[in-house]
Amino acid sequence: MEPVAIVGWALTPMVRRTDKSEARLLFDVVTGATEDAGITRADVDFSCAGSCDYVAGQAFSFVQNIDAVGAWPPKRDSHVEMDGAWALYEAWVRLQLGDLDVAIAMGSGRSSTADPATIYPMEMDPYYLAPLGADAVSLAALQARVLLDAGLVTERDMAGVAARTRADAVGNPYAQVSGEYDVDALLKEDYVRAPLRKHDLSPITDGAAAVIIARGDKARELSDNPVWITGFAHSAEPHQPGVRDLRASTSTARAAKAAGADGHFDVAELQAAFTHEEPLLTAALGLGPDVAVNPSGGPLAANPVMATGLVRVIEAARQIRDRGKQRTLAHATSGPCLQQNLVCVLEGTK
Amino acid sequence: MSSNPCAIVGIGQTNHKTRRWDVSLGGLVREAATRALEDAHMTWADIDAVVLGKAPDLFEGVMKPELYLTDALGAAGKPMFRVHTAGSVGGTTGIVGSHLVEAGIHRTVLSLAYQKQSEGNAQFALGSGRGASLGAGGAFAPYMRSYITQTGAPADVGPMVAVKDRLNALKNPYAHLKLKDITVEKVKESPMMWEPIRYLESCPSSDGACAVIFTSLEGGQAAAADGRPPAWVLASSYRSEPSSFPGRDPVWSAGAADCAAEIYKSAGITRPREQIDCAELYVPFSWYEPMWLEAHDLADRGDGWKMVERGDTALDGSFPVNMSGGVLSSNPIGASGLLRFAEAAMQVRGTAGEHQVDGAKVALAQAYGASAQYFSMWLVGSSLDAVG
Repeated sequence: MEPVAIVGWALTPMVRRTDKSEARLLFDVVTGATEDAGITRADVDFSCAGSCDYVAGQAFSFVQNIDAVGAWPPKRDSHVEMDGAWALYEAWVRLQLGDLDVAIAMGSGRSSTADPATIYPMEMDPYYLAPLGADAVSLAALQARVLLDAGLVTERDMAGVAARTRADAVGNPYAQVSGEYDVDALLKEDYVRAPLRKHDLSPITDGAAAVIIARGDKARELSDNPVWITGFAHSAEPHQPGVRDLRASTSTARAAKAAGADGHFDVAELQAAFTHEEPLLTAALGLGPDVAVNPSGGPLAANPVMATGLVRVIEAARQIRDRGKQRTLAHATSGPCLQQNLVCVLEGTK
Repeated sequence: MSSNPCAIVGIGQTNHKTRRWDVSLGGLVREAATRALEDAHMTWADIDAVVLGKAPDLFEGVMKPELYLTDALGAAGKPMFRVHTAGSVGGTTGIVGSHLVEAGIHRTVLSLAYQKQSEGNAQFALGSGRGASLGAGGAFAPYMRSYITQTGAPADVGPMVAVKDRLNALKNPYAHLKLKDITVEKVKESPMMWEPIRYLESCPSSDGACAVIFTSLEGGQAAAADGRPPAWVLASSYRSEPSSFPGRDPVWSAGAADCAAEIYKSAGITRPREQIDCAELYVPFSWYEPMWLEAHDLADRGDGWKMVERGDTALDGSFPVNMSGGVLSSNPIGASGLLRFAEAAMQVRGTAGEHQVDGAKVALAQAYGASAQYFSMWLVGSSLDAVG
């Protein structure tokens, strides 16, 4: 593998609703990430964006975002209808070919423009599942119930995850939800969709993120402390929840193995958009109690869909570049009940 | 370059039609994938990763369909990757698949692109559900008018392209439109849709899918030793540019020209018109054939239409273009780019049947999308040193 490192990034403020277009959000993070890396748009050899037409409510929505890339002269460019973490994966693959040095990956989404309960059933099998109107929250509730019934988690554990991540998010300027919460008080709240209460869900968020990666010597030239990507893989599971063992995340475990994600991690940033997903993912990844999970607050503090996974990579990289950690893990997911999962291993320069 | 050689050892496509009532979305993609696996003498177990491409999800009304199609494409337990680069997506889907092999990340990869346009209303979706969409023809017509004005091309050139591609389609068992008695006169008598484009100079709306299987140097050599010659990916490229600003020229797109320049340089092509044997170009409206010939340096600026008029681009001409019948004969939008890429590969493998160009060793394929601002392109060869 070619050595490739993260050398810059930027996030927008994570808010319940913004008047800025997706292109405008991306313009800010492209500008911010290039500045952070000490380069200009002209230095970027390849760009890849992740976004979703259904979230934007418009076919070919990403086409308008190309303006934010500053693609003139025409840029080597691609787009994935997936989270920006997969855009980063494509950019990383592109740099593996060895002829280009610098790439930018982006993720963007404005969930405020639509009703998630209306659009998310449309990501299900269109013949049998979508007509049921099952959205992401309903399916997550189903998985949480399976975990509760299996004795793998308790509602108190779930509230504990919410309280801990919201408290951790107090120190994160990009967090949308943060503060000190009492677990007993949280458990007295009504269910949104049993067994999930409001604190078990991620907030609805508008936001975007961008990451600059560079190859080998170029990364060392651009950064005193490049964050090396030393493992990167993803994997899918069957779509039908009924044919999966919802007590485990086998595709996360497979992706972790393919990425070489064993040994010690100082920090893990997981795309656990529901509280019960955190213990599920830490088990799949084999993370012990010594690993700090989602010190940024994670998706429960801010959930800009199509960028949430890429934000995990940024937060995991921040722990190395700005907080002195040595080895961290980032995770991203897509689909109902964690159907697809991605694992990225990051290491500092010793 | 740490890039490894990449061989195409399996190609499959569906029978394209206006409506494939007989299959679900999953059934459609599986038809193409199964044919590609048979062609490659492989099973699902041989595939290490799947790359899925299609144009907007709103066309079928299924959001992020790679989730649902994971099962149909045998991708459970494997990486499943979803690409969307507008009309160029089929091409990009092929390129991303080949990169996974060239980067040494996977040994064997399935790239599959599809569109099942009968599941929805593309025109409605293009207008984002608000209607009043110009459609692709309306968006491209001004560029084609500019081309005609600037080059002085005679009016018959567009209809000649339409007739040529439809006659080629008669030789392609998978093609959607089979217009046996088409003539230049009939094309000119058909209703004007978007000046200068008439009904019979426009692509159909199709259901269809295309699958391509990529494998490593060793896999390609093994297929060749078994009497199943692979196509080798000699070079690939993609470019995007903003849709409109005063510096952009959509007639001779800089993005298209940059793709071609990169590919030619990478593959050692210095005289593209002579060193390349044939091309599958993304021509959803007739006048794009002469435009692309010029944008890709296959004809001098202003001379592309002369190649059409002389018959150079006919199946038996000196530089055949769109041997399969092209997008004008079958247009499952998301798959159309990969169909071009696959046809180029079939030509250099010598497996194109009745639409085979004799002795084709090097073939070019191209796709474009959005407001003619997303481009993808590749060059394939019968051997890794096919460029003479």
